[in-house]
Amino acid sequence: MVPYLVALLTAGIPFLLLDYAIGHRHRGSAPLSFARLRRGIEGLGWWQVGICAVIAVYYAAVIAWAVRYTFFSLDEAWGEDPEGFFFGEFLQAGDVEITTDVVVGVLVPLLVVWLAVLAIMALGVQRGIGATSVVFIPVLVLAFAALVVQALFLDGAGEGLDALFTPDWSALSSASVWAAAFGQIFFSLSIGFGIMITYASYVGRREDMIGSGLVVGFSNSGFELLAGIGVFAALGFMAQTGGVPVDEVASDGIGLAFIAFPTIISEAPAGALIGVLFFGSLVIAGITSLVSVLEVVISAVRDKLDTGRLTATLVVTVPVAVISLVLFSTTSGIYVLDVVDHFVNQYGILVVALVSMLVVAWVLRSLTDLSGHLNVHGRPRIGAGWRVLVSLVAPVGLALVLGFALKDDLEAAYEGYPDWLLLVFGWGLVVVLPVVGFLVARLPWRAGTHLDGPPPGSDPAAPLHAPAGGPADAGSEGGTR
Amino acid sequence: MSASAIVMMLVAMLVIWGGLGLAVVSLIRHGAVEDRAEHRRDL
Repeated sequence: MVPYLVALLTAGIPFLLLDYAIGHRHRGSAPLSFARLRRGIEGLGWWQVGICAVIAVYYAAVIAWAVRYTFFSLDEAWGEDPEGFFFGEFLQAGDVEITTDVVVGVLVPLLVVWLAVLAIMALGVQRGIGATSVVFIPVLVLAFAALVVQALFLDGAGEGLDALFTPDWSALSSASVWAAAFGQIFFSLSIGFGIMITYASYVGRREDMIGSGLVVGFSNSGFELLAGIGVFAALGFMAQTGGVPVDEVASDGIGLAFIAFPTIISEAPAGALIGVLFFGSLVIAGITSLVSVLEVVISAVRDKLDTGRLTATLVVTVPVAVISLVLFSTTSGIYVLDVVDHFVNQYGILVVALVSMLVVAWVLRSLTDLSGHLNVHGRPRIGAGWRVLVSLVAPVGLALVLGFALKDDLEAAYEGYPDWLLLVFGWGLVVVLPVVGFLVARLPWRAGTHLDGPPPGSDPAAPLHAPAGGPADAGSEGGTR
Repeated sequence: MSASAIVMMLVAMLVIWGGLGLAVVSLIRHGAVEDRAEHRRDL
């Protein structure tokens, strides 16, 4: 808990503000924003776009599972053995190999997920994502709060919370504990891989980006705290019914959601209702995440090719959906997903975040300009402290996370998977992404794209409705469309 | 729950939920100077 709070305050929120500053000042998708910062680093943006495309491909599959589990909850279809049910009956996972045996029970919900996402994306950020969030996020918070309260009344909840909150001062000297805390903060805030740059580029030029950044950072962790309390109360209950210590029932994301939670649901009173609420929430939360990673890709394609939203949506979403359906609706889907997820998180997101942070802070030395931009309308103002956190503390935290991950993966094959699987969908993938990114960056921008520095009309200090400063200003707010 | 766990829970709640409260108050005070009708980057 202590490393988590430190990581949030020293690296998470400062890095979030860096992403905001880059996107808000340059008013473009990740590649366009980096190109405007300095032409040669456009490839960093495409690297981030590539990572987002890969994440979209497998993330949809997890949402599809959650769709099925929402219905499985109704009659607790997993019976006595949720683990066997998940891998066996549901996913029909066999030996570790690539097969073309389609699992209809995954294919159909996956298709539904992609059609829904296509509709949301075609409507655009405001109507698509905005409307989804306004309606569903409050529903999600309420449903989750109800679940947490329910979990607190389970027998053994206290022991679970003890495991979550009891400070382990000896762990503070363990670098791997700090690495885990920094990793958690970076992934959950989705910073460093284009999402926040893209979102910030849509925000009005006179908005207080520092205030928004603080609200976003704290509300994300606020929800995580709530979720953590619920999950650990439930784990305490499982530990007590199973007669084992709490730290032995805990497992990571997929195992937690699709194996541990069904176990709780079977035991709890009104389990079917809790199950529908939990998996329904997971579907909605997942779709908003999927939409945000896809938006990174779509806005980049739009900026580069000057296409309309609908064309860009189709050009991006259809191929991504097809790859997703081919790879993850078969009996080998779970293995590919596990490997891609692990490697793209560790060596995709973390590496691109670290590299772009170091380039912006130490090669381009843009931090003073960027903090100046945020300070025009942002409160509280940021200064030298922020620059130290972004240029030193956060990179050290990231490097630490990376070092530990690399050590683990080089010492032993991840999860004992065969080498060919790890080479193709793991190491191969994470090496190809930056290469492709910098190759795509060599393609020309459409004629008339403003590239060097922030576009005209984007100065946050300029008064509202100012007379245009010159011909270039006319109707070019945003400068990209 | 043990005493140290309860203290840590309260500290975490104070920092995170308290921080959220402060950030919201600060944003309401200083934020949103934007003229909503101003032309934005096309969504």
